[in-house]
Amino acid sequence: MAASKEAGAGTFGAATLGVGAAFVLGAFLSIYIAAKTHEAAMATHATFFLLFFVFGLFALGKRHFDALERGPAPQAQDGVQYSDGVIRAGVIATLFWGIAGFAVGVLIAFQLAFPVLNFDVSWLSFGRLRPLHTSAVIFAFGGNALIATSFYAVQRTCKTRLAGDIAPWFVFWGYQLFIVLAATGYLMGVTQSKEYAEPEWYVDLWLTIVWVVYLLVFLVTLAKRREPHIYVANWFYLAFIVTIAMLHIGNNLSIPVSLLSVKSYTFFGGVQDALIQWWYGHNAVGFFLTAGFLGMMYYFVPKRAERPVYSYRLSIIHFWALIFLYIWAGPHHLHFTALPDWAQTLGMTFSIMLWMPSWGGMINGLMTLSGAWDKLRTDPVIRMLVVSIAFYGMSTFEGPVMSIKAVNSLSHYTDWTIGHVHSGALGWVGFVSFGAIYCLVPWLWRRKELYSLALVSWHFWVATLGIVLYITSMWVSGIMQGLMWRAYNDLGLLEYSFVETVEAMHPFYIIRGLGGVLFLLGALIMVYNVYRTIRGDVRQGEKLDAAPAGSGQIIATPAE
Amino acid sequence: MSTPHKDEITGVETTGHEWDDIRELNNPLPKWWVYTFYATIVWSLAYFVFMPSWPVFWNGEWTALEGVLGYSQRGAVTEELAAIEEGRADYMQAIAATDISKIQANPELMELAVAGGKALFGDNCAPCHGSGAQGFKGYPNLNDDNWIWGGTLEAIQTTITHGIRWELDDDTRFNMMPRFLTDGILSREEVGNVTDYVLAISGQGEMTEGAEAGAEIFAQQCAACHGESGAGNQELGAPNLTDAIWLYGGNRSDIYESIAKARAGVMPAWGGRLTDAEIKELTLYVHTLGGGQ
Repeated sequence: MAASKEAGAGTFGAATLGVGAAFVLGAFLSIYIAAKTHEAAMATHATFFLLFFVFGLFALGKRHFDALERGPAPQAQDGVQYSDGVIRAGVIATLFWGIAGFAVGVLIAFQLAFPVLNFDVSWLSFGRLRPLHTSAVIFAFGGNALIATSFYAVQRTCKTRLAGDIAPWFVFWGYQLFIVLAATGYLMGVTQSKEYAEPEWYVDLWLTIVWVVYLLVFLVTLAKRREPHIYVANWFYLAFIVTIAMLHIGNNLSIPVSLLSVKSYTFFGGVQDALIQWWYGHNAVGFFLTAGFLGMMYYFVPKRAERPVYSYRLSIIHFWALIFLYIWAGPHHLHFTALPDWAQTLGMTFSIMLWMPSWGGMINGLMTLSGAWDKLRTDPVIRMLVVSIAFYGMSTFEGPVMSIKAVNSLSHYTDWTIGHVHSGALGWVGFVSFGAIYCLVPWLWRRKELYSLALVSWHFWVATLGIVLYITSMWVSGIMQGLMWRAYNDLGLLEYSFVETVEAMHPFYIIRGLGGVLFLLGALIMVYNVYRTIRGDVRQGEKLDAAPAGSGQIIATPAE
Repeated sequence: MSTPHKDEITGVETTGHEWDDIRELNNPLPKWWVYTFYATIVWSLAYFVFMPSWPVFWNGEWTALEGVLGYSQRGAVTEELAAIEEGRADYMQAIAATDISKIQANPELMELAVAGGKALFGDNCAPCHGSGAQGFKGYPNLNDDNWIWGGTLEAIQTTITHGIRWELDDDTRFNMMPRFLTDGILSREEVGNVTDYVLAISGQGEMTEGAEAGAEIFAQQCAACHGESGAGNQELGAPNLTDAIWLYGGNRSDIYESIAKARAGVMPAWGGRLTDAEIKELTLYVHTLGGGQ
């Protein structure tokens, strides 16, 4: 934007003044709400908003004076001054929230096995920590990974700087504020009780603002690209951003009790509300956890493997088929409920038709390795990316199977669903993000290589073992649970009471918790490895036969 | 802007585009992929024909295609429930028609009733009384012969049907022990003395001076319901205080708390929720658990 050209003369352009004015207004509104509300939670959150706006104003001022001192920024890579600071921040936020989310997951896994770990403290009860876990891993860890990698990939594949100077940073910090508001809200008991959409109305409004700015940054960057075509990764990232905006607004339509209250009432009622909720919920999986991370896969796998994408035609067909079919599949979450039969049928059949479009991404990802399979042996980062695609293939097959009503009548409400979600979440989303981070850190901090590939290998094996423990224990536990629930004797009497099914699941809950511990341990190994890489260290005595991926990246020696 | 380009390793042409050194091969769609995709579409179309599927506007109102099989989930579950009802109709009728003490004398009917009672207990009673009816603090153990409201078939049946302190049922079992300290009936010291006396008569403490004082208060305030000896009264639902079985704990602080603030546990009335025959089954099951009188 104009700001960078005029950097020598400071940055007080229209953009800065406009954002500054908005922050001042926001700060006054926050003070008003904090002062007038009778609710402790609202006062707390209004204070968070206030702090955000005040720090935002300081940041704008600092940016102006820094620019005055520094003068115009030099041109760099490919003649483009890429905007990488915000991506570096995004990578660190991804790691931070990842550890937080995994740790809470481990705690609640053990709470299920040992209820005493609720400590009789409402803040630490399972009911509040469970949405904290899901939001932390999906939106905080996954969301930051998606924003950071999309900012990276769109700049490189469009050969242009990210649109806006303030806007990307606003997206980053605004998104962190959303996470903090959501998380602290859950702990204080603020929720609208919609799965994966628990934050209340004011947090939803804030996320809408942030998300629209994100969309604009992405679109304007695409518009000013210096490549004739738009690369496939960007289609997926764009589909993710646009659809999440639509889903978020649709499902969160509600009427607040007052400006000063955290409470709101949802716009829809009864089964309509349930259907809207699962239209949202399933497509959060479809467009956040599938489309978005496919975008990541389409950039980082060919880049790391240094091989062309397997099939352009497949990428087009499976993209459009995925986009068209996914949006219909939500009703399979409401099999055997008050939802009419016809809607259940559509949810189920569209889920089945979704199988091949999902697998198109798997084929394209795996076959991109053709001609470079030896890298599986030599490069643990490639191994991580490939295994993520394998988990993607497995869970996108398991999903359609579970959507079949006959299967669903056994699996619904059981731990099988939890296992299914985690094979996608830990295996696919987790591993593809870890792979992308291992690629990004040396590129962003201008390091020649990661600190240690051996540690990547350790991360890979420890986390894989954790995933295997997690999903196998949940398969056994879930199927057993389903079979016990439906066991009748000749007289039509239930064989087992509910309490007996809970007792029977206890050992599997412990195994699941141990799986989570291993996954968390792997992530901690990654954090250490990333920390040492950023410091510029290289572990001695390791054979560096994996090629540092990505020609065209600037490789500079560490500053130390 | 695409320039012809061939991938050296596979020999396949690329699309000629290049982004940040990434190219795309111009491979065709895998055949098995295309045919499997078609198969899922054909299967879905067929499913639409047989099962309820698309919404349609028909005869002036919104409805949905019913499907040629005429399947409906509600219809299916109604049929399944009817089949179960029919399968056990004979013996349920027999249980409904037979006096509860006569069921006990009929081994065949008794076996069926206890089996039904066990399943009912697991679904309805186990969350509070435990899956083995062992009870928890505040929820009585049903395996022993220590009954608060009586352990005869008739007494158990009444308790299950009408509940305890269940205000929605006019015939619910009801009593209310005074909150002796909270309501200012006794001082702290007096409550302490009564506590010592209760500890003494339940064999957990000596007859100290305080307990002697407590005995006098007990005679005035407690004996009317719990009896002069403290042995309780099942007519009034007043627990026996001389045994070692405690619903709310038997150490000094638990007993003190019970006297000071009183306890008033609630059990729902199951009449209306369960059929009379089911309540008979439950009664017989609970009666067999070990302490039926």
